[in-house]
Amino acid sequence: MTLTIPGFHLYSIGPELILTITAIVILLLDALSPSGRKAHFPQLSLLGLAAAAVMTVFMWGIRGTDFARMIYVDNFSLFFYLIFILGTALTVMISRQYLEDYGKNLGEYYALLLFATVGMMLMAASAHLIMLFLGLEVMSIAVYVLAGLFREDPRSNEASLKYLILGSFSSAFLLFGMAFLYGAAGGTLYLDDLPKALMGHTFMQPLTLLAMALLLVGFGFKVASAPFHMWTPDVYEGAPTSVTAFMAVGVKAAAFAAFARVFFLVFLAMKPDWTMLLWIMAVATMTVGNVTALVQTNIKRMLAYSSIAHAGYLLVALVAASQLGAVSLLYYLLAYTLMNLGAFGVVILVGRKKDSYLNIYDYSGLGFQHPALAASMALFMFALAGMPPTAGFVGKFYIFSAAVQSGYIWLAIIGVMNSLVSMYYYLRITVLMYMKPAEADLGPVTFSPGVTTVLAATAAGVLLIGIFPGYLYDLAVNAVKIFPGL
Amino acid sequence: MHLPILSILIFLPLLGVGLLLLLDRKNHQVLKGAAFGISLLELAFSLPLWFRFDNGTAAMQFVERHSWIPSYGVSYHLGVDGFSLLLILLTTFLTPLCVLATWTDIQTHVKEFMICLLALMSGMIGVFASLDLFLFYVFWEVMLIPMYLLIGVWGNPARRVYAAIKFFLFTMFGSVLMLVAILVLYFYCGKTTGVYSFDLLRMYGLPIPFHLQYWMFLAFGLAFAIKVPMFPFHTWLPDAHTEAPTVGSVILAAVLLKMGTYGFLRFNMPLFPQAAHYFVPLFSILAIIGIIYGALVSMMQKDLKRLIAFSSVSHLGFVMLGLFTFTITGLQGGLIQMINHGISTGALFLLVGMIYERRHTRMIAEFGGLATPMPIFATIFMIVTLSSIAVPGTNGFVGEFLILLGTFKSNILYGVLAATGVIFSACYMLWMFQRVVWGEVTNVKNRELTDLSLREIAIFVPVLLFILWIGVYPNTFLNKTKATSDNFVAMMEKAQARQVAQSQVPKGEAL
Repeated sequence: MTLTIPGFHLYSIGPELILTITAIVILLLDALSPSGRKAHFPQLSLLGLAAAAVMTVFMWGIRGTDFARMIYVDNFSLFFYLIFILGTALTVMISRQYLEDYGKNLGEYYALLLFATVGMMLMAASAHLIMLFLGLEVMSIAVYVLAGLFREDPRSNEASLKYLILGSFSSAFLLFGMAFLYGAAGGTLYLDDLPKALMGHTFMQPLTLLAMALLLVGFGFKVASAPFHMWTPDVYEGAPTSVTAFMAVGVKAAAFAAFARVFFLVFLAMKPDWTMLLWIMAVATMTVGNVTALVQTNIKRMLAYSSIAHAGYLLVALVAASQLGAVSLLYYLLAYTLMNLGAFGVVILVGRKKDSYLNIYDYSGLGFQHPALAASMALFMFALAGMPPTAGFVGKFYIFSAAVQSGYIWLAIIGVMNSLVSMYYYLRITVLMYMKPAEADLGPVTFSPGVTTVLAATAAGVLLIGIFPGYLYDLAVNAVKIFPGL
Repeated sequence: MHLPILSILIFLPLLGVGLLLLLDRKNHQVLKGAAFGISLLELAFSLPLWFRFDNGTAAMQFVERHSWIPSYGVSYHLGVDGFSLLLILLTTFLTPLCVLATWTDIQTHVKEFMICLLALMSGMIGVFASLDLFLFYVFWEVMLIPMYLLIGVWGNPARRVYAAIKFFLFTMFGSVLMLVAILVLYFYCGKTTGVYSFDLLRMYGLPIPFHLQYWMFLAFGLAFAIKVPMFPFHTWLPDAHTEAPTVGSVILAAVLLKMGTYGFLRFNMPLFPQAAHYFVPLFSILAIIGIIYGALVSMMQKDLKRLIAFSSVSHLGFVMLGLFTFTITGLQGGLIQMINHGISTGALFLLVGMIYERRHTRMIAEFGGLATPMPIFATIFMIVTLSSIAVPGTNGFVGEFLILLGTFKSNILYGVLAATGVIFSACYMLWMFQRVVWGEVTNVKNRELTDLSLREIAIFVPVLLFILWIGVYPNTFLNKTKATSDNFVAMMEKAQARQVAQSQVPKGEAL
């Protein structure tokens, strides 16, 4: 028996390769260099990310599959590459000082971040469900470890363990769904072939529906949507803040990329079946996230619930199942990456020495003690709440437009009512910062160059793409052209 | 050369914000001076609007149009007509006075205060000048943030946070529903005309089916009714007014409330004319309830600011009543009353702020006989009070008279009911005035009060001028709004005629 290896181009996985190599170099340097910790891991990671970003930009416009049709190379995945690279780069920049305070500025950390990013990219690019699963696991395993980075801290351990157990559970659901799908489609897992294969066997429809439901559970877990959101607050609170930021933007974006790809490509013909289900999930997710966030006093926990709520808004974009819906998904994820990482940057700065200031009341009086820091936090809060002229507003605007366009006016109304509820807890942070006297002297905040850059860049970005969203909109329209049915 | 005046008016205050950021936060005089200078410059730039405005046309003037998000049909589209002209001028006219009024009032975080004030100004002008629904919504929301900060940071420490959040959430509640309605309108407009655009003028006269008009009218109407505020949605107003710093109350009363009434004129009625006719009874009755209820509640207030706040509910009820008559007189009256209320109530808040600065209380019972130590104050207070009561010769009379005239023409019962509000307003204002200003000095603390300083008098000179000018010769102002009002009324009549025609067709068939 001869084994034929189909032709492939390494170019097609260029960004992934670059990041993998960077990660391995970092690991080697960490192990081999005698000076150990002195190696410049953050700079090296940023270099790798920048190279990957350049590569992605050069690949823009290519459309096809590679590696025996296992991965797509198209604008949709490339757009997501850019979101992941941006998210990871910002995470790297906010990490250094924070980790040094804990004595954990290790090479592994950066290597794991990069590996996780590779996993996300594979998820966004996968053209085969097994590929998707591999990407998901590459990402998840790296993130399980990252969540438990602070070995000595019981909360970090708890976060890691919870995430691992529940994450594996959800992966099992996903795999189970794929297995059913394999059976229902008569032996294929290629996303391109699945729609036709599923159409052919109408008597298999119950099986297909079951598979779809199981996939929905798996994705629902990864994007932290209700009722599969229970892990989120504990994991987000316990994990190191920089990892939380990474999870909140990167993991969510990757899961949504795969979610959208699978449902818009494979299950488009069964739209009525899943839009109804997603409608309920979207409403539940938004409402649970926002209402629970109202009573949180830990800032990380509050942001965790807010991230659940945002998953709800993003589900609205999926429910719309239209071109505009897909565009709004891409735009919102990018906007969310900027505003959420900015907010976590502030949390890291205010938290200082080993996260000793994580209560929201620690923000009292910040407004007049550190005007720039407070102003950027206020900007991120207003952006997350969806106030113009920020990216958060335009993102919500696109999402609810998509809902209205597809006729889901009630969903849009529930959505805007939810953003009204969310307004309260975001406002509360500004109330504390500007309208309450400081409870105790906050003392000096060390502005490390990395975090300061992140804050300046994200604040500028949130305003820039909020005021001039046109270019990104066109880019996103370009990216979602790969879904013929939308 | 053709200057983009409206853009200048919107972005000049933002430039001012940039300038203030660079200034030293400790030097209050410089900060206030800079803010005053910028607001004066703004006033100067707004004057060409008045002088170069063509009274003869109802079309938009000073139009600026640039594409903003082309693939989504969003444009940066500004313009002014008779409805918005006076409101923009009112904004640019009051802001310098407000800066002057803060001279001694605001002592903490002066830099941030001035930044908020200028940002607010930019937002307010943006709201009145936008002719694109997206752009309008952006300004409408953005403006909330500086106002929220003004109330929450510089307000009355006891309840400012409550008032600020209440203000913010109430307004947001209406706005988000309006956002959904805007989207529905956008897609409807795109589907029927084939052009997806947020351009307001393109949507005027669109034949929207009645059931859609009904719901969209309610969604837009809720946003504006909360802002006006109309009767059941007014509860944020007394809190916001009472807790806000003096200047916050002035801007809130003079300009922000007008955004609600302006919204009805600019969006609700022309976009959904048939629904507007359908809802005349509902809104007129709510307006009348507002007039009488506001007046009765003001009568019982112990706090001067709260009294004036409730009087706003009553006055704005008159405006709404006038607008919903769809007659030229009622509409003109409503428009002029919007300006009047801005001037008189703004002045009342300034006056209350001045005695609050001296006595640190606003309780009516604490005062009495202020005319003895403060004769100039008492004189100005009296003129402003009379204007608020609508005594002939002052601006208030012109507005209320025209509104009542219009109302009597369209519905006598509404007219009779609303006219009682005029009497009530005389009751609560005069009674308040009597208790505060006339009589013996009952409280020892009031004996030594100093009268108004030159700066304070300077604030009121232009205000008094306009009170008398509008009162004696309102045509200067009415001429500006005439063409637009004529056009508006004709448009509304046409829409009603169409509705009547439509409703008769099926009846005829049935017979």
